[in-house]
Amino acid sequence: MKLLRLVPDNTRFGFMRFRSVTFPLSALLSIVSVVTFLWLGMNVGIDFKGGTVVELQARADRANIAQIREEASKLGLGEVEIQEFGSPRDVILRVGLQEGGDAAQAQVVIKLRTAFEATHEFRRVEVVGPRVSQELVQNGTIGVLLAIMVILIYLWFRYEWQFAVGAVIATMHDLVLTIGFYAVTQIQFDQTSIAAILTIIGYSLNDTVVVYDRVRELLRKYKKIGLHELLDLSMNSTLSRTIITSITAILALIALAVFGGDTIRGFCLAMLFGIVVGTYSSIFVAAPILIYLGVRVGEGVGVAAGNADKAVNSGATK
Amino acid sequence: MFRQSTLKTVLIAFTLFFAAYVSLPTMLGPDRMKAITGMLPSFLVPKGAIKLGLDLRGGVHVMLETDKAGLARDLVRQLQEDVRRVLRTERVAPTGGIVAQNRGVSFRVADAAARTRIMPKIQELSVPVSNAVLGNTGQRSLEVVDLGDGLIQLVITDAELNERIRRAVDQSIEIFRRRIDPEGVKEPSIQRQGLDRIVVQVPGAQNSKEITDVLQPGKLEFRMVAEPGANPAEIETLPYTDEGGGTIQVERRVLVRGEDLTSAEPTFDQRTGEPVVSFRFNVKGAQAFAKVTTENVGKPFAIILDNKVISAPRIISPITQGQGQISGRFTVERANALSILLRSGALPASFTLVEERTVGAGLGADSIDAAILASIVSLVAISIFTLATYGVFGVIALVALAVNFLLLVALMALIGSTLTLPGIAGIVLTLAIAVDSNVLIYERIREEQAAGRSAISSLDSGFTRALATILDANITGFLAHAILYFVGTGAVKGFAVTTCLGLGTTIFTAFTLTRMMVAAWYRWFKPKSVPI
Repeated sequence: MKLLRLVPDNTRFGFMRFRSVTFPLSALLSIVSVVTFLWLGMNVGIDFKGGTVVELQARADRANIAQIREEASKLGLGEVEIQEFGSPRDVILRVGLQEGGDAAQAQVVIKLRTAFEATHEFRRVEVVGPRVSQELVQNGTIGVLLAIMVILIYLWFRYEWQFAVGAVIATMHDLVLTIGFYAVTQIQFDQTSIAAILTIIGYSLNDTVVVYDRVRELLRKYKKIGLHELLDLSMNSTLSRTIITSITAILALIALAVFGGDTIRGFCLAMLFGIVVGTYSSIFVAAPILIYLGVRVGEGVGVAAGNADKAVNSGATK
Repeated sequence: MFRQSTLKTVLIAFTLFFAAYVSLPTMLGPDRMKAITGMLPSFLVPKGAIKLGLDLRGGVHVMLETDKAGLARDLVRQLQEDVRRVLRTERVAPTGGIVAQNRGVSFRVADAAARTRIMPKIQELSVPVSNAVLGNTGQRSLEVVDLGDGLIQLVITDAELNERIRRAVDQSIEIFRRRIDPEGVKEPSIQRQGLDRIVVQVPGAQNSKEITDVLQPGKLEFRMVAEPGANPAEIETLPYTDEGGGTIQVERRVLVRGEDLTSAEPTFDQRTGEPVVSFRFNVKGAQAFAKVTTENVGKPFAIILDNKVISAPRIISPITQGQGQISGRFTVERANALSILLRSGALPASFTLVEERTVGAGLGADSIDAAILASIVSLVAISIFTLATYGVFGVIALVALAVNFLLLVALMALIGSTLTLPGIAGIVLTLAIAVDSNVLIYERIREEQAAGRSAISSLDSGFTRALATILDANITGFLAHAILYFVGTGAVKGFAVTTCLGLGTTIFTAFTLTRMMVAAWYRWFKPKSVPI
């Protein structure tokens, strides 16, 4: 049987050569992300801004949007955003935070039920009060920052500082671009988006670590080759793995995005984007940045790292 | 690597067997589990399946928050009373009265001699704060400050306020449990979250109103049990929770209400020695109760909490002193429970709904269908891709994947975790990335072979070198998700747990099973080169 070979053996692609293109490209994309984020903002869900969302399904064949709009406007809830989605029977109503704190907030659903229960099935109801949403924002932000910090510390212990800094720059790059993705697509940003972002960070780091592991190994092995060439060699020897793993993850996510239903579609799309960006950043950001961070051939081999590998070696051959 | 010790093989086999055993309830579902339960001795039947989250099975999730300011106000009012009592006993009149503040009271006693006299008594109001978990916390309930110029301030400490909040929340949880699930069939989950919040989850509930209704203060009523032949318009049938349950007919007219009850304690009847519940009314309640009991000696009356008759004792003699006891062949526990019930009839604090997430049963079912379809499609896609890329080694990768899945299910069942929609996405993604460990190993083997090593030598060094990388890569991922677990809530937490467990099982299978299978394959075929 002929096996699928995505990356031919002995591929010698000059990745580092492209840094004069990829660095400006990454910088440009990051700027676009930040600008879009500041200009358009994100489509923040009620998890982070508070409010009420109900998903209705008309008991009739088709939801009458105009009628829903009219009845909703009579409830005195401020502006009610009404959106069709899925089948013609399905409607989403979004109501902003009410004046008067949590108590007023809790009244929204009761009013909506009184108005629409007879004609619609309430498929989903979500109410998030002002304080809870603030806490979720806080926790989310702290979580992402803490994750980056802890991983930085781990990498710093495990490798030399240049690698840790390189990994964090690559991770920040992915983070900024993912936020840009949310701003450009206006996919709703909610609690699961935080999960998506942390998964992306995890995946991107995983990729970066695999590449860095190889760089370190080759640094130890070849003391005579220039760093430029050595990085290219590292990228090429891990390229097949990088691509196969990305394709596996992408296949899984495409299936989830297409068949998994509306609730997790945004989550899956963001993750798809993140995996592509994370793979790109490992090769085109994390690796070439080592050239600028002053890793030198014959030097970048810590004693601790060498010992650790020996330990694994002897442990495995017993 | 090719001389695997027998002990290791046995351990791996045992792990797999155990995982399969623990996963049984989850994999088979409750119905088929019942069939098995009949065939095995009960201690052999595995228990505990993965629970479905509310987003998949439908139900109501609400988060309630205690009115802390209200509780503080109650405490201040109480403190005001206490200080007034002390001053009255000592016959000291404060200049300008006792002023209530946000978190305490202040009063002025200009006379230095009087002040010296009352201060020890005032100090006595500050008691050690004890905690159900920690016992004595070493902190006191009040801080007594002499502001000079005869002005004395008492401030309720944070320790005291927090302890009161904690107790109020604990009591309310009990009240909520009783009210939300009177028949004990809904499997609600009612838990404290943080200091002052309660999360209530009721699977299968369709409308959060069922839960927001219990935010109302507890309703305790005393009424007469309906006599045979009573006017049907004046009676109603209520569930009866004492002595075997069922229903009982009672009059609609309410004789005395819970607001008029001042205490209820479990005690023992002085003559018979059987456990009873003693209660006491305030003046208004006592008068009403005296009148009713005088007129109805020998007849049963009903004690109704939240529209359920919790007890229907017979009036033995008129109760004119505003106190009495409820007897009814109680055990000590029952008397205790009943008095708690009577006492906790009203919520100790008021609650506000701060978060609600309700998923209808229809949407839940649709979500499960979609998730299952999506999972199958992605696993099939991954399988085809892996087989096309690695051939026979792809088969090994897929076996490792299946084992990974099994271990993941077993672990989730063991820790009793809840499966949510993002959780399913997490599982699929974890499995996809689990393939990565095989990819790392295989690619390394391929490289070693290309560098001119023999089959056995490239297999050996392929495994050895890849494993170090796999560890590094998975530990970073593990750290990211561990943090997600600590900062996330609800569905996101579930996602983090699943992913962390998945990373663990990935490392396990890569280090043990994959290696074992490759070794077996090598011993069997003795190939000259590795077909990767």
